[in-house]
Amino acid sequence: MDLKMDSENSMKSQGKQRAFLSLKRREALSALVFVSPTLLLLLVFSFIPIFYSFWVSLQRWNLIQPPVYTGIENYINVFKDRYFRQALVNTLYFTGVSVPLTVMLSLGLAIMLNRKIRFISFYRTGYYIPVITSIVAVSVIWTWIYNGDTGLLNKVLASIGITGPNWLFDPGWAMPAVIIMTIWKNVGYYMVIYLAGLQGIDKSYYEAAEIDGATRWNCFRHVTLPMLAPTTQFIVIMAVISALQVFGQIYVMTGGGPVGSTTTVVYLIYQTAFSAFKVGYASAIAFIFFIVVFGLTLLQWKISRGRVEFM
Amino acid sequence: MKRNERTINSLVIVVLTIGLLLSLTPFLWALITSLSTLKASVSWPPQIIPRPVMWQNYVEAWNKAPFGRFFINSFIQAFFVVIGQVITASLAGYAFARLRFPGRDALLLVVIGVIMIPFEVTMIPLFIMVYKLHWLNTYYALIVPLLATPFGTFLLRQFFLSIPREIEEAAIVDGCSRLGVLLRVILPLSKPALSTLTIFTFMGVWNSLLWPLLVVDEEAMRTVQVGLTYFKGQEFSNYPLLMAASIFTTIPVLLVFFMAQKQFVAGFNMSGIKG
Repeated sequence: MDLKMDSENSMKSQGKQRAFLSLKRREALSALVFVSPTLLLLLVFSFIPIFYSFWVSLQRWNLIQPPVYTGIENYINVFKDRYFRQALVNTLYFTGVSVPLTVMLSLGLAIMLNRKIRFISFYRTGYYIPVITSIVAVSVIWTWIYNGDTGLLNKVLASIGITGPNWLFDPGWAMPAVIIMTIWKNVGYYMVIYLAGLQGIDKSYYEAAEIDGATRWNCFRHVTLPMLAPTTQFIVIMAVISALQVFGQIYVMTGGGPVGSTTTVVYLIYQTAFSAFKVGYASAIAFIFFIVVFGLTLLQWKISRGRVEFM
Repeated sequence: MKRNERTINSLVIVVLTIGLLLSLTPFLWALITSLSTLKASVSWPPQIIPRPVMWQNYVEAWNKAPFGRFFINSFIQAFFVVIGQVITASLAGYAFARLRFPGRDALLLVVIGVIMIPFEVTMIPLFIMVYKLHWLNTYYALIVPLLATPFGTFLLRQFFLSIPREIEEAAIVDGCSRLGVLLRVILPLSKPALSTLTIFTFMGVWNSLLWPLLVVDEEAMRTVQVGLTYFKGQEFSNYPLLMAASIFTTIPVLLVFFMAQKQFVAGFNMSGIKG
């Protein structure tokens, strides 16, 4: 009797367990079906290309003749290549100047917009329009503005007695011109992110600081900046990554010139692979640059983390 | 104190307005030039309202290169990429948010990690793949490599997590399959996230340059941005036509932006720093 009940019980629980198991298995199965399109596409179009890229970087290959394996020859040549060094310097120049200016300007604008003023959405929209416009269209527009003889900028400068340079055709001025245009285009994007960060700061911090007699500067230095540190960290990393990859404005406005003064690394990769058809060599440049970008990102991560804790 | 605040406020408004003017001047200048004759476009001082107003510059620019065709190509590309991304990201986002399966969290990290892969590393192998598949100058090259979206998958997962479980449990008890739950319960509740994804993807595809530049160079297959770069080379000194083309190629994104400003702000809050 007892035994019978026991076995009945165990049979019941076994059945339950089996039902549960199959339910779990069914859930995992549908999950597999759900994630497989994304995973397969990413595998084929993101992960395999990385390994393929490394293989290509070990070949001498112009896509027409079959590839010739040359080992690390491409890498050695990249390190000896003065065009690569120039492109790296140009890219760091572009990044080092455009990112700090963009971040500071967007923070300043966000702080001003965070006050109780009317038509705030009107301003926000105005600053955001350059962000949504394509890099090609704004580059075409700025090429016209920078025109040496008849461009708006030099006409305005002339009316106050300054003879402007032929911006995009002057080796010393082409990069600053591209940088100014890039800052103009991106400020609105980071401004909106800063604005979200500012709106997340609890007002009571400012009230407390005010009671303690803090000046406006003190409030900014000891409340706003530390509270915004995570936002700043995020923005700086995003801005550096996208600045290091600059391409569109170079392609449309300067074509890397004059005399290579605006040839950035991504532009050099593009030229090497798709104008000179040296895909192996271009892949080696891309791989080395990938490591540089990755290293810089990691470094920033570490530095900003230290600062956040410090504050 | 009150008066002090008011002075600062008016100062802020002055600075913001100057900034706004700087932000918009290039577009206003492009608009003025686009409506001027070639001769008037280089005269100084400029005619703020050009005489005559050259509306025909727009027609001329539109007809000097097959911009109608470029628009169709870009719309086709954007349409299929948006549909594809919404489907793949909804499915994967739902699995990562709700379903239990071995290796789920590790896989999610892998998907997010793809965001970190810079395009310059994958563009050469991708080009070679597309070339070997004989996809150059086809819609496949413009669409298929873009069908999965790590950003969108993560965005939708975060949104799905915010939907209370009880809502879908009722449907499951009623015998609804997982796909049925996703289609009939979750997605109708996720319109804000879906429209954010749609808008961001549309803008990204419409404005993208580098990938289309590599894979479509035949005139009939060019996208709007590729067509505009070639047009700049062709009409390099005719600024009225160049400005007209820059403006009419921007109109689609402007329309989307003004129709969906709310989703933009929401998208930042969901995807940006709080995600």
